[in-house]
Amino acid sequence: MKRQLEPPIFEKGSVGRSGVDVAVGSTDIPLDASLLREELDGFPEVSEPEVVRHYVRLSQLNYSAATNFYPLGSCTMKYNPVANERAAALAGFAGIHPYAPDATVQGALALIRDLEQWLCEISGLQAVSLQPAAGAQGELTGMKIIRAFHESHGRARKKVLIPESAHGTNPASATLCGYDSVSIPSDARGLISAQAVRDRIDEDVAALMVTNPNTLGLFEEDIVEIAEIVHGAGGLIYMDGANMNALMGVAKPGHMGADVLQFNLHKTFSTPHGGGGPGSGPVAVRADLEPFLPRPRVIERDGRLAWEWNRPQSIGKVRSFYGNFGILVRAWSYMLANGGDGLTEATRTAVLAANYVKARLRGRYHLAYDRPCMHEVVLTDRIQARLGVKTLDVAKRLLDYGFHAPTIYFPLVVAGALMIEPTETESLETLDDFIEAMECIAGEAETEPAKVREAPHETVLSRLDETRAARFPVLTWSVQQARP
Amino acid sequence: MEIPDDLHYTKEHEWVRVEPDGTCTVGITDYAQEQLGDIVFVELPKAGEESEVTRDEPMAVVESVKAASDVYAPISGVVIEANDELPNSPNAINEDPYGDGWLVRIQPKSQAELEELMSAEDYEELVAGLID
Amino acid sequence: MLATIGIGSVDELFPSVPAALKAKAALALPDGLGEREVLERMQALADANELLPSFQGAGAYRHFVPAAVSLVMSRSEFATSYTPYQPEVSQGTLQAAFEFQTYVARLTGMEVANASMYDGASAFAEALLMALRVHKNRPRLLVSAGIHPEYLEVARTYLEGYGRGQIVEIALAADGRTDLEALQAAIGSGSDVAAVAVGYPNFFGVIDDLAGAGALARKAGALCISVTTEALALALLRSPGECGADIAVAEGQSLGLPVSYGGPGLGMFATRTAHLRQMPGRLVGQTVDEEGRRGYVLTLSTREQHIRREKATSNICTNQGLAALCVTVYMSLTGRRGLRELAIENTQAAHRVAERLTREAGLALALSAPFFNEFTIEVPDCEAAFDRAVAGGVIPGVKVARLLPGRPEHKNRLLVTVTEMTRASDVDLLIDRLRSRAAA
Repeated sequence: MKRQLEPPIFEKGSVGRSGVDVAVGSTDIPLDASLLREELDGFPEVSEPEVVRHYVRLSQLNYSAATNFYPLGSCTMKYNPVANERAAALAGFAGIHPYAPDATVQGALALIRDLEQWLCEISGLQAVSLQPAAGAQGELTGMKIIRAFHESHGRARKKVLIPESAHGTNPASATLCGYDSVSIPSDARGLISAQAVRDRIDEDVAALMVTNPNTLGLFEEDIVEIAEIVHGAGGLIYMDGANMNALMGVAKPGHMGADVLQFNLHKTFSTPHGGGGPGSGPVAVRADLEPFLPRPRVIERDGRLAWEWNRPQSIGKVRSFYGNFGILVRAWSYMLANGGDGLTEATRTAVLAANYVKARLRGRYHLAYDRPCMHEVVLTDRIQARLGVKTLDVAKRLLDYGFHAPTIYFPLVVAGALMIEPTETESLETLDDFIEAMECIAGEAETEPAKVREAPHETVLSRLDETRAARFPVLTWSVQQARP
Repeated sequence: MEIPDDLHYTKEHEWVRVEPDGTCTVGITDYAQEQLGDIVFVELPKAGEESEVTRDEPMAVVESVKAASDVYAPISGVVIEANDELPNSPNAINEDPYGDGWLVRIQPKSQAELEELMSAEDYEELVAGLID
Repeated sequence: MLATIGIGSVDELFPSVPAALKAKAALALPDGLGEREVLERMQALADANELLPSFQGAGAYRHFVPAAVSLVMSRSEFATSYTPYQPEVSQGTLQAAFEFQTYVARLTGMEVANASMYDGASAFAEALLMALRVHKNRPRLLVSAGIHPEYLEVARTYLEGYGRGQIVEIALAADGRTDLEALQAAIGSGSDVAAVAVGYPNFFGVIDDLAGAGALARKAGALCISVTTEALALALLRSPGECGADIAVAEGQSLGLPVSYGGPGLGMFATRTAHLRQMPGRLVGQTVDEEGRRGYVLTLSTREQHIRREKATSNICTNQGLAALCVTVYMSLTGRRGLRELAIENTQAAHRVAERLTREAGLALALSAPFFNEFTIEVPDCEAAFDRAVAGGVIPGVKVARLLPGRPEHKNRLLVTVTEMTRASDVDLLIDRLRSRAAA
């Protein structure tokens, strides 16, 4: 049976139905009528079976890592261990209140402290905060820490150096801290050179933001010299840790000169992507930046763990309470299962897998940079474009082969980029199947290009009109808009 | 790729038409609209005596599905008219970039700046270099 | 694989990493454990957390999560999918997000809502930043002292270094609502006020006069922002939209998410269509495919960081995908009748407990304004009474002084929260423990 589309929940149900039983003792509401709304207009009235069926059907319209390979570069779509879910659901984690007395939640505090310590060891930095709710929020936190550091030394600097290949959150976070972004071009190697930094450094540069390996999957080979140049001018190095899956047990950001680093637990540490969140973006810092970390922090007092709120130099808070605790539990479960040896193995296998894909596909697709790559590789549509087939078309045609497309058109420095990050949890057979599909599509581009250009053909919907969605935004369900 | 030869151009892909009354109509070129894709939204400056623009400074924003682009003032002056039709039908920029897709009309401050704009020939060369 | 790549061993895979940086020793971390041992360790950690009967709320609320919510959330197709950048194969995520946006708009009485933000606190901070963008030449942000202290702190952290935006706190009147006279005085001529923000209900549980504050804001040409920590309240109270709010933010954890030590949560953000392009966060829109079939896509992304970069409305990248899905399923299950009845049950239960506390334990309400499901009482020698209660097996509430230290008026205040999960035996225990005073 071919998958069917499913109408929105608002088109279902009937008056009087509900998916829950609510025992209402009396209808006496102890509040003045003037404070109350009349009804919950526009909420559906559906039964539990209708709700379950509706959302199960919707789930079947979704591609997921549990369905098949997700070669999205920069996203680290590794397997999400189901054991993590069991851990997070334990009543002793799911049921505790953030304001419960510290003495009654020693388990939670121990988890937080231990997770912080492991992240220190992995990063080579000395203190970690688990408060930021996502990578982007971790970046914002890191940049605010840098800002506070400079303020504490009585100098407010105005600029941040950012490679052109950086993820868009980098300049956006810099702007939110009041900084002007100065772009550093990638050189012919696809890297930022020490000279390019030397040309732009001055005493007004607060920091250089760098991703390592960078968004092209290449290790920034000049990083030590670059860090020396920036430090020499009194600036700091912010490292975007989105690509940590390439470094665990192999090299430590703290040794490269990084002063501040954010992790993405939903990338490197296997917590599920959930269709776009929730994630978690812990921040690690050099020892002398620890006072600026968000508050509160876990400390040991009289033999027990407790929250310390008295942190006069802290930048404050970026999230209510302590962070995405449920996500921390999942990451901790993953880390215990892997240990130091497992995490190192994960990195080595991830880099192996990416290089394998690169070696196999380099003939059929143009390689953006013919250099050793780390955990991801960037191809382009240069060969196919001559036949009228673009990166977008290749991506859509892959959907017909049952694979999710790689990351496309990012980083912006490479025209027609196709970024593939296999991760370490894919079998050789899966990688070979994916490579075969890519080879078939390259072949189709030569013999039947229309088939690729007009893809996808096998999905429940064909290409969607994004122009119309932007020009005539319909962002909520209404009776008028129900039938387009 | 249309590049009308009775217009002036900038390296940021704006065009300028000097009207008989000395004011300048400004828009973005055919190359620009093609690069951007379907335009979905336009943010124009308000017209009026206080609405001054400076050459090379951002004066408007043109948004497509995949990119949002600043439009820079090709010359300094006062914005005396903005294309009020455009917010309702931004696709005019794609369909008729040199006609209905005009953005603003400026009363120029300096003749010298006008003379420093690119000719159609020079712009054509610039675009040819980019397309490679 | 090595042969295909042309190398002899995995060690040769890192030629671009300078030798000086390559790790000489293994990570100083223990070896990995098997699944059983991991779960044993996690269980031990969980067991080291006590689950006492509790009357704590203050931004995190214990409500019943129907089994169907957990079922849908654990469907791998939802849990392990990525951000829906390829809409043809992500209609599940996209349509669920579209339904979520619709629910949030309806609940808050506003015209548009985004696909969620990290939590109520960061949604509040983003609302203030949005007000500054809408009113570029107005720097002042008048914020009620009834806003949750952690939300205020997050807002201050976000504003630090932003370059403009100045928070001015407006005091509460004796009854616990924002002092509207003080607000009017602070507004002054009004020409430099970007926004007025009010808790609804506020941190003390009080149902603030949102309409009154909104009217003053509107007269001054400023935006009115309502901030809700207990989203269930919106099922019963006049919606922020109805009260004249321009932006409504809320913490959605109450609607289908476990408390989970405070996270992950869910930020709800809604506003008027006029301000659509200034709204941060991810948006899902309805459209059609090449055959004219209805479908959903991410839209208006040009406001976002991956396109606008340094000119983005915010730096936010993820939303809270799976958490928003839980809330969507929860609201579908409870529906029009169920959600409202649940809200009624909550406020009835809270009022009964308040009445019993006064009558049987001699503890009076500190604030006289109406409340939903949390309220503030005065407890003589509050610290000691709190500790005694915990030792006696019940967490009686949240000490206000813990979050607002150094303010004499809050020294003995306790915020008590009651939900449908509160059992009769819990209430008896609470009354008993708070009634017994230490010997004089």
